[in-house]
Amino acid sequence: MELLLGQVFNGFSVASLYLLAALGLALSFGLMRVINMAHGEMLMIGGYLAYLTLQVVPGPWRLVAALPVAFVGAALFGALIHVVLIRRLSARPLDTLLATWGLSLILQQGARSLFGAIGVEVTAPAWLDGGISVLGIELPAVRLFIIGVAIAVLAGLALLLSRTRIGLLVRAVNQDRMMAAATGIDAGRVDLVVFALGTGIAGLAGVMLALLGPVTPTVGQSYIVPAFLVVVMGGLGSIRGTVAAAVILGLVGSLAQISVDASVAQVLMLVFVILFIQIRPEGVVANKSRALDV
Amino acid sequence: MPLVVMTGVASGYGAARVLHDVELALAAGSVTALIGRNGVGKTTLLRTIMGIRPLDAGTMIFDGGDIGRLPPSARARAGIGYVPQGRHIFPQLTVAENLETGLSALGPRGKARAGVPDHIYDLFPKLAMIRGRKGGLLSGGEQQQLAIGRALAGAPRLLLLDEPTEGVQPNVVQMIEAVLLKVRAEFGLTIILIEQYLDFAWSFADHYAVMDGGRIVRQGDTAAESAADVAHLVRI
Repeated sequence: MELLLGQVFNGFSVASLYLLAALGLALSFGLMRVINMAHGEMLMIGGYLAYLTLQVVPGPWRLVAALPVAFVGAALFGALIHVVLIRRLSARPLDTLLATWGLSLILQQGARSLFGAIGVEVTAPAWLDGGISVLGIELPAVRLFIIGVAIAVLAGLALLLSRTRIGLLVRAVNQDRMMAAATGIDAGRVDLVVFALGTGIAGLAGVMLALLGPVTPTVGQSYIVPAFLVVVMGGLGSIRGTVAAAVILGLVGSLAQISVDASVAQVLMLVFVILFIQIRPEGVVANKSRALDV
Repeated sequence: MPLVVMTGVASGYGAARVLHDVELALAAGSVTALIGRNGVGKTTLLRTIMGIRPLDAGTMIFDGGDIGRLPPSARARAGIGYVPQGRHIFPQLTVAENLETGLSALGPRGKARAGVPDHIYDLFPKLAMIRGRKGGLLSGGEQQQLAIGRALAGAPRLLLLDEPTEGVQPNVVQMIEAVLLKVRAEFGLTIILIEQYLDFAWSFADHYAVMDGGRIVRQGDTAAESAADVAHLVRI
């Protein structure tokens, strides 16, 4: 029983990472139908920015400082990618795939040249040591922190989309791009903001990954495949679906590890997604109107 | 000086040319009924004015400036409001949110303004009663009022109306007519109206322009000729 509860908790913590990694993909696919193959490298950039912040900022709360640095840094980098690459390749999805894949290779090599092939360590601060004991199982504080950050990001995103003017414009462009432009909305600028927001959230995911293991040039690659699976299973662009799919896949992967090792669990997760989309091709939440639900 | 001057306008869909050498000038404050059979290019002309279809040839001057290469959002901000055929209401946005999107045409003034201006709800009291309802759940008549209200929220100087009476019950048609007369009188709006229902068009248009084969083939004043005089030109 304790093992089961422990794995359920782990499932939620992995789901939080999947969610943070997948939200940006879901946002940009939902709005622009763009698949950014360099999204994993935004996680990597977030991880390295956390490492660099911890090198220069003293004190126990330097991890808190690393969060906005990683978010803003990755978001600015995402904005640059959008302006230089994505915007120029709009309406050419295959070219976008190839170009962003090429970019991901360049960024990996760039990180290798700057930081070396061996990963750098981001040591979790002392206040994230230990954990809380609930029903006889030890919940590590680091994983609780990751779950908390994911919930905060999700709540912030929901508020942004439902309560702010930019959120209104994002939903309008998402529902009817032509009409949005005819009402005076600069759809290109909305695309830029959403893309930057998505990459910024990926930067936060990178900080979370850095708390669990070394930051390497390929750290994003290990999470990008599950993130794509989450987006596909979630219903291609639906935020609600992305959340549900992240939780389902996090739990499936984690519970499978009760009886099999981690590699086989990944395979089982993939098989689960294949079976799921055979039965329900529209995903957890069908997104027929392309409307960004919140 | 006319508010809108189109010279040699050509547009279409890829290789399919729909508009050929369209010549049209609209005086500020005038209302022009654009009439013609189905498929002659009326909707394409409005879409080209709005910038949704590219201007393949010719020039398009609005308020003294060349708008021919501007994107739709810039044309909306320059003062062109659009009520498209099929209404294009944002289905998942509430009535109030749909109206708020219209404020984008005001540019920074729209950003600063919180909420829907009262005069839109004064024009369409029904919209005030259902302001929290999702646009996709409204009836055809309610959606039409919303589409016109959304365009008016951006305080346009030129309003493009594509078949505002289509699929709308008679009492709502009368209400729309009254609203259009009122905003025309109050704000001096220039209006281009595509309308199959000629009596409605003649009720407040000053001019008419008949399209055929992607060209404007006849123009005149509605005061000089009755709707019955030109009805044969639009009959299938």
